Amino acid sequence: MSAQLATARERLLAGGRARTLGGFGIAAVLLFGVAPAALSDFRLNLLAKFLCLAMVAVGIGLAWGRGGMLTLGQGVYFGLGGYLMAMHLKLADAGPGGVPDFMLLYGDGTVPGWWEPFRSPVVTILAIVVVPVLVATGLGWAVFSRRVRGAYFAILSQALAAAFAILLIGQQKVTGGTNGLNGFRSFFGFDLADPVNKRMLFFIAAGTLLVMVAVVRRLMVSRFGELLVAVRDQENRVRFLGYDPAKVKVVAYAVAAAFAGIGGALFVPIVGIISPADVGVVPSIAFLVGVAIGGRATLLGPVLGAIAVSWAQTSLSESFPSMWIYFQGALFILVVAFLPGGLASLGAVWRRRRAGAEESGPATPPEPTPPDPTPPDDAVPAAPGDATTAPATSDSSAATAGRLP
Amino acid sequence: MTRPRPRALALPAVALTVVLAVSGCGSRTDSAADPAAASASGGASCVDTSGDTVKIGFLNSLSGTMAISEQTVRDALDLAAEEINADGGVLGKQLEVIGEDGASEPTVFAEKAEKLIASDCVAAVFGGWTSSSRKAMLPVFEAKDSLLFYPVQYEGLESSPNIFYTGATTNQQIVPGMDYLKEQGKTKVFLVGSDYVFPRTANKIINAYAEANGIEIVGEEYAPLGHTDFSTIVNKLKGSGADAVFNTLNGDSNVAFFKEYKNAGLGKDALPVVSVSIAEEEVGGIGVENIEGQLTAWNYYQTVESAENTTFVKAFKAAYGEDRVTSDPMEAAYTSLHLWKLMVEKAESFDVAAIQEAADGVTFDAPEGTVTVNGENHHIAKTALIGKIGADGLIHTEWASDGAIEPDPFLKGYDWAEGLS
Repeated sequence: MSAQLATARERLLAGGRARTLGGFGIAAVLLFGVAPAALSDFRLNLLAKFLCLAMVAVGIGLAWGRGGMLTLGQGVYFGLGGYLMAMHLKLADAGPGGVPDFMLLYGDGTVPGWWEPFRSPVVTILAIVVVPVLVATGLGWAVFSRRVRGAYFAILSQALAAAFAILLIGQQKVTGGTNGLNGFRSFFGFDLADPVNKRMLFFIAAGTLLVMVAVVRRLMVSRFGELLVAVRDQENRVRFLGYDPAKVKVVAYAVAAAFAGIGGALFVPIVGIISPADVGVVPSIAFLVGVAIGGRATLLGPVLGAIAVSWAQTSLSESFPSMWIYFQGALFILVVAFLPGGLASLGAVWRRRRAGAEESGPATPPEPTPPDPTPPDDAVPAAPGDATTAPATSDSSAATAGRLP
Repeated sequence: MTRPRPRALALPAVALTVVLAVSGCGSRTDSAADPAAASASGGASCVDTSGDTVKIGFLNSLSGTMAISEQTVRDALDLAAEEINADGGVLGKQLEVIGEDGASEPTVFAEKAEKLIASDCVAAVFGGWTSSSRKAMLPVFEAKDSLLFYPVQYEGLESSPNIFYTGATTNQQIVPGMDYLKEQGKTKVFLVGSDYVFPRTANKIINAYAEANGIEIVGEEYAPLGHTDFSTIVNKLKGSGADAVFNTLNGDSNVAFFKEYKNAGLGKDALPVVSVSIAEEEVGGIGVENIEGQLTAWNYYQTVESAENTTFVKAFKAAYGEDRVTSDPMEAAYTSLHLWKLMVEKAESFDVAAIQEAADGVTFDAPEGTVTVNGENHHIAKTALIGKIGADGLIHTEWASDGAIEPDPFLKGYDWAEGLS
């Protein structure tokens, strides 16, 4: 069994590596070469914002798509990263020992003690990664070790996002309230009004996203990745095999939180504002929509889905103001109803249809198909690490397997 | 064999990022001591004034929670643009309006503002409603050195060279509201507001005013935006011994608050409520029967008697229907477009610096009365009006300040406000 698994993984890796390297090459050329040349400063900055949202999506893809944790509250970690960065930028703008402008207006004119450490850029950068990871680990451990899952976990994480936004609004003197933190002039000493520096931010965001995708790919094809999928599909069996599913889930959840925190931190200098409207329930759900549409269980589905949905939102709202929300709703319903694996599974669904039509005529509904003996590319459809497998297939086969004992 | 080589993937990406980031470094804030140079590098204007038209941008929320309010502002702006175009345009150029949806989200406002300035090259942008939308747009307008005309009363404590504020600041709405209560002999005031920036700042100012004027603040309560259970707050109000209420609640909360207030047997005579976010548009939603006889503080009502207002209301109803009403933010938006036109004509240019130079002293006979631009803080002098809500659903002026009040966003001219900003 394990030998079989190992060979499957090797085949996957051997085939996948060339393809992945190629994919990374294309993505790098697009992001570092084509985009800066083809887009105006304004559009490039927009794309940078989408890349930040895509970072959150990569994490959700891991936690939800591979780990089965419906993370409805990623706004919390996005917000933690964003606010930490924003606090540093406000303090840096105020100068050494200075007080941020909004505290002079709405507060008592003094900087609270817990703000002080974030005058240091090093502490801030560390905190942007460490704080979301600590919060996610603490929460994840408390939740997963008590075997809370499914809808209960989703509701819990969403409630957390709502509570976080309400907390921020109530503490206007130290968080800026509904206005949030805004009006940043510099980013680690670089003038934010200078388009050259904005371009630099885009490159940083693009590079960070590529690294994140690489990290997730590594996690997906590793032993941990297989364990994660196993926990998603048959948590009890994994437990009987001697693993602790809670630990596996906490790791995936913490990685997703770290990515969301970094995405939020980069979002702040790129967009120029972070407010409770960016961290509450609605943005948390919006993060999920892109992931679902793109294909949650795949490597690139969440990234491309998040970017495509944000891009569509921007361009559609420019042509048809106020219509976007209906379009987004319709797209989401269509994908959930007819393409549960997201747009990334379109190819697989189509191939299966065609294969079914050739073998036994159009009338036969597609059985849980045996692996195609000659796949069109070097993918192994049944292997958990495959980037093009529809989760619907793995879900349904897992469900049948689950009834056997 | 089973170990993938992630470094092979990650390293080129990291290296590429570092190389590009380092080679792409722009100006640093510490080296760019000259702010003019910084703004010039970010804001080379692309406004095209060579043709027969000039582009302007309208940026209001057409979707989301603020759409119901901001759509009315958009209607008033469209009306003003049509009037100006029918009248020959600005400096002989017809206005070409580009409309965008702010979607009730600050980040969208920032994004769309940048799009209007950098992509569409508009000469000026009109819109915004919530404080957070304005705060989100402010850095964009300053970095790109463009102009925003903001048409809503707000919490003051702000003055940007790139924004013209055509709604009231606190000394033209909040302070006169308190002056009125003081004149009426009220000594115990209860504060109720939604939990966001405007009510909290307004109440901070009211507390300072009360302390200096022998008025006691007997309660200060906040409800989250959209909150609809006011039984606790109304109970506290009832037991507080207050003789007046200052209400900074926003939106739907007002419906619930006034119903609860009525159910508790409180009345407009014993315990009047002064509201600063209820205009003609909102009265219908709250229900005239719940709110008749209560007070509001604004600078314009549909019932203001002037030739300009008669024309404005008539034109608005002709364009959008007899059942529509006009309110303070709509009038301020309508006025803002006319003020921009007059500034451009005085400057004889669409150039931002020339307009900033020419703005001081520009006057317009607005529906609310004659308004004058203050070139120093970019607000406008306007008359404060305390109104009473009538059975007809309109608001009738009850008290007016002695002429137009000079804008004072930081309340520098008030001794009691020392230390507030």
